[in-house]
Amino acid sequence: MSVDLGMPGVWAPKGAAQTSGHGAHPADPLRWGPTFPEAAAEALGDRQLRRNLARATSTIRGKRAAVVGEVTDWEELRDAGRAIKTRVMAELPELLLQLEEQVTARGGTVHWARDAAEANRIVADLVKATGETEVVKVKSMATQEIGLNEALAEEGIEAVETDLAELIVQLAGDMPSHILVPAIHRSRAEIREIFLARMDDVPRELSDAPAELAEAARLHLRRTFLRAKVAISGANFAVAETGTLAVVESEGNGRMCLTLPETLITVMGIEKLVPTWRDLEVFLQLLPRSSTGERMNPYTSMWTGVTKGDGPQAFHLVLLDNGRTRALADDVGRAALHCIRCSACLNVCPVYERVGGHAYGSVYPGPIGAILTPQLTGAAGHGDPGSSLPYASTLCGACYDVCPVKIDIPALLVDLRARQVDGDRRRILPGAWDVAMRGASWAMSSAKRFAPAARSARLGRLLARDGKIRSVPFPGSLWTRSRDLPAPPEETFRDWWSRTRGDGDEA
Amino acid sequence: MRRRRNKATTDARTEVLDRIRAALAGPDGVAVGGTGEDPATTVGRPSAADAVVRHYRSTGVHEPGSPALIEMLTDRLADYRAVVHEVADASELPAALRRVLAGVRTAVVPPWLDSAWVTAAAGAGVAVRTDAPTVPLSTEALESVEVVLTGARVAIAETGTIVLDAGPDQGRRIITLLPDRHVCIVRAGQVVQTVPEAIAVLGRSPARPQTWISGPSATSDIELTRVEGVHGPRRLDVVLLRS
Amino acid sequence: MRIALLATCIGEAMFPRAPRATVELLERLGHEVVYPQGQACCGQMHVNTGYFTEALPVIRNHVEAFEPVLDGAWDAVVVPSGSCTGSIRHQQAMVASRLGDEALATRAARVADRTYELSELLVDVLGTVDVGAYFPHRVTLHPTCHSLRMIRVGDRPQRLLRAVEDLELVDLPSAETCCGFGGTFSLKNAPTSTAMLEDKVAAIRSTGAEVVTAGDYSCLMHIGGGLSREGAGVTTMHLAEILASTRETPAAVGGAW
Repeated sequence: MSVDLGMPGVWAPKGAAQTSGHGAHPADPLRWGPTFPEAAAEALGDRQLRRNLARATSTIRGKRAAVVGEVTDWEELRDAGRAIKTRVMAELPELLLQLEEQVTARGGTVHWARDAAEANRIVADLVKATGETEVVKVKSMATQEIGLNEALAEEGIEAVETDLAELIVQLAGDMPSHILVPAIHRSRAEIREIFLARMDDVPRELSDAPAELAEAARLHLRRTFLRAKVAISGANFAVAETGTLAVVESEGNGRMCLTLPETLITVMGIEKLVPTWRDLEVFLQLLPRSSTGERMNPYTSMWTGVTKGDGPQAFHLVLLDNGRTRALADDVGRAALHCIRCSACLNVCPVYERVGGHAYGSVYPGPIGAILTPQLTGAAGHGDPGSSLPYASTLCGACYDVCPVKIDIPALLVDLRARQVDGDRRRILPGAWDVAMRGASWAMSSAKRFAPAARSARLGRLLARDGKIRSVPFPGSLWTRSRDLPAPPEETFRDWWSRTRGDGDEA
Repeated sequence: MRRRRNKATTDARTEVLDRIRAALAGPDGVAVGGTGEDPATTVGRPSAADAVVRHYRSTGVHEPGSPALIEMLTDRLADYRAVVHEVADASELPAALRRVLAGVRTAVVPPWLDSAWVTAAAGAGVAVRTDAPTVPLSTEALESVEVVLTGARVAIAETGTIVLDAGPDQGRRIITLLPDRHVCIVRAGQVVQTVPEAIAVLGRSPARPQTWISGPSATSDIELTRVEGVHGPRRLDVVLLRS
Repeated sequence: MRIALLATCIGEAMFPRAPRATVELLERLGHEVVYPQGQACCGQMHVNTGYFTEALPVIRNHVEAFEPVLDGAWDAVVVPSGSCTGSIRHQQAMVASRLGDEALATRAARVADRTYELSELLVDVLGTVDVGAYFPHRVTLHPTCHSLRMIRVGDRPQRLLRAVEDLELVDLPSAETCCGFGGTFSLKNAPTSTAMLEDKVAAIRSTGAEVVTAGDYSCLMHIGGGLSREGAGVTTMHLAEILASTRETPAAVGGAW
């Protein structure tokens, strides 16, 4: 591709993610692979992937719509959720200090990490101090974001993912493609193949029935849970007022990790706070219905520091920045930090449904990923695949409608596009889009210029046969490769008006 | 880069907090509060606290324990494929427990479960063992027990949720996790309609470890198809005591 | 009422029959339609592609052209497009303000307050659901993303269509899903856009409708492009064209657009 259409060019990946097979993980879980249009075009060719995604997202959309529809005060809950998150951002330093104080007072230890490397270092050192070489993990976006498993592996520590979907992804050497269901891109038949190939204790006669596959995972992990001495989790919420942490889950793997081991290490983004205990009543209604489409998820665990005789007797909380303060300084980024990782926006996104999560080149895919990823990484320049993400949307608005904390994702995407355009104004040679948009601006900001321009569309009639145009040169070919164009009319509206109504200048 | 962790941690804490304060101060050092929705109640520092409007329902229309709520809870639990047993009053509970526990050989109970319930379980021919924080059973012992029998702290009708907060009739978290079947006795008076009502009850002792349970363990990780029974108890029985 | 018409840039150059039908319909209902000669475009394409600076003169031109509505020259402004109405309401003032022209932002917001999408104007302002139209065809409606979720017209188009004599309105499966147009998205992410379009076209064909209608010609240009390429034999028509059709002068059906 040599023609500049204003889209970022190919970015040399530090390590390409594999969509199948046992592959290398990307060095940076927030930016890998080619640009969105390139990755999307490739994903579209995978018919199995499109079937898997279409089936899964339509199922979850239906479930969500049903359980949200029965809540009479859903909009009021969304308003409250948004307001609480607004408060969290405005009072973040005080709330973090309050959380630290409460957790410490209840026997926990709080650590702070500026970036992924520092967080990984802290966790690795904490695990090493226990003398253990194996840890069990609860599904966590924060630890995906920092590449914790790979960092621990380098230190000789094996991290075992215990969430079923995360286990599937881990066994396949894959990357997650969805915030809630990381293996959403896999069909039951593919999962059966992965289990047969990668699990040593799986029966050869395993079928692809979901119940049988879940049972296989249960048996595979049972002994691991019972012997594990250290667990690592993320957190859905942390209550500053009480020091309470909450993990919302379905399978019970979270309960296993949060209850059985002697040491629990929780890695949490600094934005996942809520100020007061009462605030949980809002999010524990918004999250499950938005996320899994259930009235309530099967299990929610809450713990406050250490409870003598019940659960882990050592608790460490790692508070992670890793780009969040960069995002906080920016109004788009700050709005993106309101996200509670429900994934409703992915499930309703017509773009995500067609191309899947890997095309976004980040552990945060979909509409929220398209704003969060470039904010966390500070992506701007054309050399970064993250810079193509703001364009990965038709601005259809379905994401905003379902967002439980009312993040106006389409408006924020438009904002990010504007920044990219403005960032490119320093370029010596304008791109094709820049030229086209400047020309259109000149023509469209005056009726005197626009009227003849509109009239000139008539020239297109020369290309038309039977009222349609099947092929035009580049860049119009981007359209006509897959769709026809109508033959332009013989007469513009303005000319029709003059002819039938007279000029009668009203303006 | 081998720094002593203590120092590194302190540095990170200071630096992250500084970064946050700088981010909130904006480029001109002027506080840029929330998204403009927050009325500035104090000079120079917008307080977003007052902006959190709670127009959502904080209570339901039904009194805790009312028949409508029992019906709603039963309906929701059945949706999750939990098994619900309704019992008219305490005098019928022993007989009901004998029915529920028919064929069960071993059970574990928390330290202060109603002795009548424990007696009833024992009367059903179940070998009942007690687990207490001070005298805990081993993981292996809990792993081999068939059933755990507990009370609950509060139940939420609208969501079909039972909450345990490690109270004396609920015990350590591990006892409701390892056995494959959980039999939970809920009194009608513990059933509230909404999540906010439950949060209010639990807010009296928020630091206790809590487990919110809505049906048996489940997953939807394979093609978003729900499958009951993964790592937690694969069967949940709720005995609803109507009076 | 005296109603000023924004023909929209795409209506001006590519689909004049939508603004023409709007004029004919409103005149039939006894209203006076005015065409402010200074108009060109609302600026949506520039804004949505991130060219705020380039959008600003386009927005200024629009505000200047339609500002007389504030002095009572006209009672309202009508736009036969959900997305242009959305841009006027939700983007013009924002862009002006972002670029430091607060005065323009205020003026734009005031003009926006008097601006209505066609189905809004008919149902809310003129209080009409039955416009006396006649259209003896099987029709399905693509409700369009911006009509639904940006300006929230709700079921106004359906109510207007149900009142049309001899019109058979059939439900479109997954009606609320985007057709994949998205302005420059259709070029920048053409394969993804096309994948979405294929599903939309399949849904339309499954209804057996002769006509697919919408309140926005940009989506119809895209959908028609897919229908035409497949030779589907389904015609795209703007809502205004159907509502303007009468027994005396019935609208012709045929071709993709």
